[in-house]
Amino acid sequence: MLNIKKLHKSYPIGDTSLHVLKGIDLSVEDGEMVAIMGSSGSGKSTLLNIIGMLDEADEGEYILDGVPIKNLTEKKAAIYRNKFLGFIFQSFNLINYKNALDNVALPLYYQGMKRQDRIEKALFHLEKVGLKPWAHHLPNELSGGQKQRVAIARALAANPKLLLADEPTGALDTKTSYEIMDFIQSLNDEGKTILIVTHEEDIAHMCKRLVRLKDGVMVEDVKVEQVRASQYV
Amino acid sequence: MFDRDLWREIFQSINMNRTRSVLSGFTVAFAILLFTILFGIANGLNNTFAEAFSDDANNSIFIQSGTTTTASKGYQAGRQIQFKNKDFDYIKETYGDKVQYITSRNYLNVNASFRNEKDAYSVRAVHPDHQFLENTRIKEGRYINQLDIDNKSKVIVIGRLVEEDLFLKTTALGKYLSLNGLQYKIVGIFEDDGGDNEERLIYMPVSTAQRVYGNNDYIDQINLTYNPEMDFDKAISFSNTLTTDLKDRFDVASSDQRAIRVRNLANESKTVNQMTFGLGIIILVIGFGTLIAGIVGVSNIMIFIVKERTKEIGIRKALGASPKSIVTIILAESVLITAIAGYVGLLIGMAVLKFVGPSLEVYFIKDPSVSTSLVIGATITLIVAGGIAGYLPAKKASLIKPIVALRDD
Repeated sequence: MLNIKKLHKSYPIGDTSLHVLKGIDLSVEDGEMVAIMGSSGSGKSTLLNIIGMLDEADEGEYILDGVPIKNLTEKKAAIYRNKFLGFIFQSFNLINYKNALDNVALPLYYQGMKRQDRIEKALFHLEKVGLKPWAHHLPNELSGGQKQRVAIARALAANPKLLLADEPTGALDTKTSYEIMDFIQSLNDEGKTILIVTHEEDIAHMCKRLVRLKDGVMVEDVKVEQVRASQYV
Repeated sequence: MFDRDLWREIFQSINMNRTRSVLSGFTVAFAILLFTILFGIANGLNNTFAEAFSDDANNSIFIQSGTTTTASKGYQAGRQIQFKNKDFDYIKETYGDKVQYITSRNYLNVNASFRNEKDAYSVRAVHPDHQFLENTRIKEGRYINQLDIDNKSKVIVIGRLVEEDLFLKTTALGKYLSLNGLQYKIVGIFEDDGGDNEERLIYMPVSTAQRVYGNNDYIDQINLTYNPEMDFDKAISFSNTLTTDLKDRFDVASSDQRAIRVRNLANESKTVNQMTFGLGIIILVIGFGTLIAGIVGVSNIMIFIVKERTKEIGIRKALGASPKSIVTIILAESVLITAIAGYVGLLIGMAVLKFVGPSLEVYFIKDPSVSTSLVIGATITLIVAGGIAGYLPAKKASLIKPIVALRDD
């Protein structure tokens, strides 16, 4: 599914440059659920951004589902993002003047799907996250957990091969966090490949594999016994 | 590209920022409103001038005679100067290359009657060229021609209103009209833009009038148009030469202002032309200035909108929006705001001109309005303006990196 070899990334800071990723090798199989951990500055978000094609590596190889991701034009990146990836953000990143339904339908709009089909599909995914009755509510009328569920529905709408979650529970209380994790786990049970960036140990242990970064290098890569979030809900 | 979904997106965005959109539109609306009103007023002024001269060809020179005010070359003051046919011929021969049309004009007052209808009218006895000098349009039949002059024919050309007054149920052409008891054949009927009075005139050959009313070769007035290839300055110098020449010919002192009077419309035309031109430039400058101010206003707002929507644009890009779709949405919003606001301004401006226009006539602004071509031109300008105003912000928006935008909280 995902193959990364010797990935390097540095950011210029004034005259010098900050070497953020110092040769990362990572390989993720279909159906895996991987937690990427590390303190702030460890390079975990940068890695996720590169995997998400929001940023480009300076050096190294990145192959996603057999497609080498290299020398991307904006246009190509947009198409790949739309086709391959679903994003879940810490701050939800819903468009605040669009209701839940329109938010979920947005990736489908960029796929060029007809409005009627979009709405149907978006409603299906909203139902899946249990928010069908809230379809016509604006984000500011929803709770944090509900917003994140709308965001998950949006990430799922385009049927991506890979779900990328950047601190998906970072803005939520513990109970809601577990609810969200429970849902993400159920997606993984259905076979979705998921990458989660987090710095919370309990969240990381709800994944099946744990990758730990420190100062731009991978220091740990272990399979973990998955803790089911459902027991806390 | 311009599908319904795009419009839905744009209206959603405009709708959520109603105040901002209205404010940015206001700049453009106001600019176009000012432009329209200014343009209308300029048109109104032009109309006033145009009407003042439309009756006569604007390269006309009128030569009239009067009594001398100073003694000269042995003659006493108070002498009556009388033009005759030979003076007319002299001007025509001497200044042939500088003269376009020339006619003499004698004035008579007659009582005209046809069957039981009768009324008093003014008659102008003229040469055929008079038609072009007065911008007379023939409605039926023909004008006075050279043959009429040579034969001293008893034919007349009557105004449209003379026919209306006297020939109630029948047509006038070919009929005989009695002027002070003499029968004249009506060979033509004319129209004139100079107003009702001009259309209540009767034209007859100057030679006929000279024979019938006085049996002399007197001429009251000579009208001519100068060669239109001459510019204003040449025309003015020509009429000055002509004045001096005629004063010599009639032994009139060169300082005498009343014995021979030459009025050259070039003098007035020149002033009017310069004024209209200057006015046009001023209005163009002000108009474009306001328009540019409007464009800059919209552009500013669009830059602000892009700044404000940075995060949203980042989200859209993360979800798979192409740079083109971002440019399109911003550009279309800009064009839409500019075009709608501009059109509102245009409509308000036209309404103002329509309702306030009539009361401006006392200020020499007649029928101020904007033409269809201007409206079409303005529409195109507005769309282009909206495009210009939106392009830079749109380009900027499309270059936003999603990763930067998403960090922007």
